Amino acid sequence: MSMIQAINSALDVMMERDPDVVVMGEDVGYFGGVFRATAGLQAKYGKNRVFDTPITEIGIIGVAIGMGAYGLRPVPEIQFADYIYPALDQLVSEAARLRYRSAGEFIAPMTVRSPFGGGIFGGQTHSQSPEGIFTHVSGIKTVIPSTPYDAKGLLIAAIQDNDPVIFFEPKRIYNGPFDGHYDRPAKSWAGHPGAMVPAGYYRVPLGQARTVREGEALTILCYGAMEHVVESTVSEMGVDAEIIDLRTLVPLDIEAVERSVKKTGRCLIVHEATRTSGFGAELSALVQERCFYHLEAPVERVTGFDTPYPHSLEWAYFPGPVRIGEAINKIMRD
Amino acid sequence: MGDRGNSGAGMAGNEREQRRNLPPLRLHVPEPRFRPGDVADFSDLEIPAAGMMPRPDEGADAATMRDLAYGLVRVLDEDGQAVGAWDPKLPPETLLRMLRAMALTRAFDQRMFRAQRQGKTSFYMKSTGEEAVSVAAAAALASDDMCFPSYRQQGVLIARGWPIIDMMNQIYSNKGDRLKGRQLPIMYSAREASFFSISGNLATQYPQAVGWAMASAARGDTRIAATWCGEGSTAEGDFHSACIFASVYRAPVILNVVNNQWAISSFSGFAGAEATTFAARAIGYGIAGLRIDGNDALAVHAATRWAADRARANHGPTLIEHFTYRAEGHSTSDDPSAYRSADEGSQWPLGDPIARLKQHCIALGIWDEDRHAAMDKELAEEVRDAAREAEKNGILGHGLHHPMETMFEDVFEEMPWHLKEQQQAMLDEWKAAGL
Repeated sequence: MSMIQAINSALDVMMERDPDVVVMGEDVGYFGGVFRATAGLQAKYGKNRVFDTPITEIGIIGVAIGMGAYGLRPVPEIQFADYIYPALDQLVSEAARLRYRSAGEFIAPMTVRSPFGGGIFGGQTHSQSPEGIFTHVSGIKTVIPSTPYDAKGLLIAAIQDNDPVIFFEPKRIYNGPFDGHYDRPAKSWAGHPGAMVPAGYYRVPLGQARTVREGEALTILCYGAMEHVVESTVSEMGVDAEIIDLRTLVPLDIEAVERSVKKTGRCLIVHEATRTSGFGAELSALVQERCFYHLEAPVERVTGFDTPYPHSLEWAYFPGPVRIGEAINKIMRD
Repeated sequence: MGDRGNSGAGMAGNEREQRRNLPPLRLHVPEPRFRPGDVADFSDLEIPAAGMMPRPDEGADAATMRDLAYGLVRVLDEDGQAVGAWDPKLPPETLLRMLRAMALTRAFDQRMFRAQRQGKTSFYMKSTGEEAVSVAAAAALASDDMCFPSYRQQGVLIARGWPIIDMMNQIYSNKGDRLKGRQLPIMYSAREASFFSISGNLATQYPQAVGWAMASAARGDTRIAATWCGEGSTAEGDFHSACIFASVYRAPVILNVVNNQWAISSFSGFAGAEATTFAARAIGYGIAGLRIDGNDALAVHAATRWAADRARANHGPTLIEHFTYRAEGHSTSDDPSAYRSADEGSQWPLGDPIARLKQHCIALGIWDEDRHAAMDKELAEEVRDAAREAEKNGILGHGLHHPMETMFEDVFEEMPWHLKEQQQAMLDEWKAAGL
């Protein structure tokens, strides 16, 4: 299955299992979503459970909170993560804090699905990675899959979770993994081990990282589309790196991070989001606090630059094999 | 030479020459009619007589009742008689129950305002002069209709018979506070009373109420939702998002706008009142809009019941503008004498909601001044006793709060490692400091 099919399958499985699950968002109903993630769901489950919405992200999330308070389990889609900002107040001040402020009287179970990240020439309005905004918020979970298998299992776990979850889907790898070489033909998911997706129900628990590759030389922490760029860069360089796909940023699998860095003594963090106050800064601080006496080299970050997402210069901005390779060399020299 | 520089204000000299005869543009910044020291005079305010507005059928098309968004539905006339098509013809016990709840709300407000001034809590907000808006609405709704209030609808909880001592515990943020001292005073939450957790973020409750109502409709339930916001908050995007959602899905929801003329120090003109009414916001969305006398408990009851019946019959949402007056400050942190005429409140042409309902009950022969005075005394004692009882659980800042470690609970359903670590670190620090 491709990642899109896996996401569609997760929604299908959960709508089948739980009549409280509703899917809502711009163009998700009859049309099945601009990326086809919700294709066929309205025909199968009816308009009361899968419906198009007006173009107002404030409204989509506010309404989802009310539906969650009623007892439903909404899965709103924000068509692009770049358009989640109008909904920030409802997410940050309301959804994330409802359980706390009402001491558990009211909860807002919801899974906000949203395609994010670049590499598709989307310019600054279809390429951003705003996960660091949400990891900074108390009371909300942030989940980012990197394979079809994980996308389905994590999405099922997110929908079943009673806390609000931001589920960012790396759209660059919807239809195939991406090695970072933009000048090569696009790959499909066919034959990739992560694309072996069971048809039925299964969960990938939130808060558990995945060791993509075991190694001794250094630890590379990454998530989303970057996992594949890192993986191919490491294999091209022939370096014995341990690659950790975080999968969930909050709550973070700190044990996996700590165990790996203490073993290798070196740590590289890779994400596409801008550098300053990005989630990499948090990871770097945690590694420094917990693994300081095991470190052989400074913790390094390869990230997007602190600029708006460019259009024509996308491949200079996107953390690719060149930038990741340079960082690996630097860490190994130290 | 055309200057296409940074300011955007550049213009070729000869072009400017040619426009010399045009009048200069002017920015209009609204200004309230009366400021401190002015004599307030509302004699030119258009107040239609009670009983003048038609009452359409609950199922009528919104397009046929646009006049109701610009008029003023009133039931109680100057003599305290209920007149016209909107008279809800309530039985005596309902009238007296509303009167008592409104008086209790006022007594509660007075007591809690004083408690804040005595340093027993950090903050309070009175609803003086607006008691009908919440109490009469609650009386017209079913007890399990879901209310998404703003911060000045304590009357809804009181009208639903919620224990005032529970509200006081919340205000004192003490060990009896069910919300564990996490919310600013008066930001109640009472699931059992179908009263949604109050937020300080303006109008966020609006789309939430619509979502709840949509869920109820999708489920084939019979319960509806009601929500309230101030006229100032109608400027928020949430308000408009809620209106479009309510309209599109014909959500069974009542959207109340409490137009009390003031948003802290900004008069309603800054929310657009110079240009139109707030009820008229409904027209652009194609939903029913009623503008009503918010100081007339019978008008509030009648309009709410009409909107509730309309929603329950699947005719969709209603926006009700409650035309009222904020008789006191915005909150205990506010001094209205700094920005508005001191006699506005006494000159307000729609009177006082409690006085008007009392007059009506006396005119009906079911009530009298003596009984009213006795009730006021009884209610003052009731809130005094409840406050004393609540204060046994502690007052703000005097140590009788929930245990420190509860700060970390309920952020998530299950506490993740990073919160456990922070919780433990905090406890260790306090212990090391010998506290």
